[in-house]
Amino acid sequence: MSAAYGAPLRPMLFRHGLLVIAAALVLFPFLWIVAAAFKTQIALLTGQLLFQPTLANFVDVLFSSTSDYVRNFSNSLVIASASTVLVLVVATLAAYSLQCMQWPSWVLHSMLGWSVIFHMVPPITLAGAWYSMFRTIGLDNTYTGLILAHTTLNLPMALWMMGVFVRDVPRELIEAAKIDGAGTPRILRHVVVPLVRPGLAAAGILSFIFSWNEFAVVLTLSQRQTATVPVAIGKYAQENTIAYTEMAAASVLSMMPAVLLLLIAQRFIVRGLTTGAVK
Amino acid sequence: MYLSSTENGRSASPEGLVENVSLLSLNRDRFWRNLTLAPAIVLFLALTVLPMVNLVVLSLHDIDWAQGLSSWTYVGLKHYASLAADSLFKASILNTLVFSTVAVSVQMVLGFALALLTSSIVHGRLFYRTVFLLPILVPGIIIGAIWKLMFSFDFGVLNQMAGAIGIMPRDWLGDATYSLASIIVVDIWHWTPFCFLLLLASLETLPQDVYEASDIDGATSWQSLWYITIPLMLPAIAVTFVFRLILAFKVFDEVYLLTGGGPGTSTEVVSFTIFRRFFTEDRPGYGSAMSVTTFALIALMIIVVSAVTRRKGSTS
Repeated sequence: MSAAYGAPLRPMLFRHGLLVIAAALVLFPFLWIVAAAFKTQIALLTGQLLFQPTLANFVDVLFSSTSDYVRNFSNSLVIASASTVLVLVVATLAAYSLQCMQWPSWVLHSMLGWSVIFHMVPPITLAGAWYSMFRTIGLDNTYTGLILAHTTLNLPMALWMMGVFVRDVPRELIEAAKIDGAGTPRILRHVVVPLVRPGLAAAGILSFIFSWNEFAVVLTLSQRQTATVPVAIGKYAQENTIAYTEMAAASVLSMMPAVLLLLIAQRFIVRGLTTGAVK
Repeated sequence: MYLSSTENGRSASPEGLVENVSLLSLNRDRFWRNLTLAPAIVLFLALTVLPMVNLVVLSLHDIDWAQGLSSWTYVGLKHYASLAADSLFKASILNTLVFSTVAVSVQMVLGFALALLTSSIVHGRLFYRTVFLLPILVPGIIIGAIWKLMFSFDFGVLNQMAGAIGIMPRDWLGDATYSLASIIVVDIWHWTPFCFLLLLASLETLPQDVYEASDIDGATSWQSLWYITIPLMLPAIAVTFVFRLILAFKVFDEVYLLTGGGPGTSTEVVSFTIFRRFFTEDRPGYGSAMSVTTFALIALMIIVVSAVTRRKGSTS
């Protein structure tokens, strides 16, 4: 097999050896935190390698009356899902408009240019202004405010990605649909959307994950009722006596969506992350 | 430009109707064109442009809260002037620069090496790629939590390992000698996979015939790496480097969780200083001046970089 690719066996083993070491370095912290989540505080503090696994940390995180974790988790689900749907709708419409509807080129360039700049400045620079604006109109500490903030944060990425995918839709198909009398809504629904589905999957999955992971903005715009999972984890670290094993258990639970999406939709994630970088 | 669609209509319609039909469809096209872009424009105006204006206005005022009411005092450029003398802000800019350049340089080297290794193997690519993707997708704050436990002075795995080989335990996060380096290590662990992924994607698009030709000419694999792969990859390497560098300026979550900027100012980074001034110390005017300055500096940097790369691209 390897001879067919012109690669002798020994260098092959050497390469795999290096890659296995790298993979182990990447995986080790994850395995360590999973182990910590199943340890008692004493087992963690004494650094036992072999220990009696316990579910007590998970029980505390999920069911203890002092823990908000279940609410944080459902807040995260609501905010990430809603902002993802909004991002996809807004980005797909805008990408179609910019790529296929003959805007003067300065419109296209200023939209994409502003997107790039906004994507790259630290979100915390705008969080202060969002806070004071939302507070004025009563949107602070609400789902609506957080959903709008996350939609705005993820829009540049989605706009960029959907732009690449919409650009690849064959113009002849759109022109043919026009000649057949289809209006813009029908062209979008029956021509564009079916063809950019991989793009929607990629942008949607990444937008969900990024919203799920976002910390700084939620920290500044939310209070107890609307706080998301990252804020919950951040709070553990701020307490005087840190409940380390509970923090580990909450961390493990909070990683589940990312792990799940990675296992079932890796293709789209890779495509999303590398779109624009390669083209 | 608009005429491309109406010209089709013209050739298909009878003479007398031409003007009406094309005018009508032109209007309809315009309507849909504006409507489809409107949501994005509204969102950008309301939640990025307006806040920027808001920040600029805030930065020229002192805001005091009394009984739920804010009183604004115009102070001109006072906040910008005191920015220059703010030693915390200066320390944070310096730390952010050191942090980004060191972390991203290491990430690029490691990421490129891993990408080369992965692209040269036949079996198991999917496995390695899945593993390497994991850190990119996990919340930064959790990465902070994981490493906070691993760095712990009392029970962290790092000190346990150090103890096993007879090295004195160290306070990786609480000792100013190591704290910034520890944050950099975490960032390298977190983002090397991203460099790996982007570089692997461009490696996979390189033309194969050049390699076949160099094989026939008897080039060693080091030679083909040095004379073919690296020159061909240079644009991708440059883009990935700059992209990661600018994104590294954003760092907040890990610092918030691991060190909170300390000890002293050893891990103070720009995002964290803005957060501290604006929210913790409740000085919106001053925090806004800091935000505006940071925003302007980064925007300027992006514009310069893209102008330079565009010029390079057009001359070569």
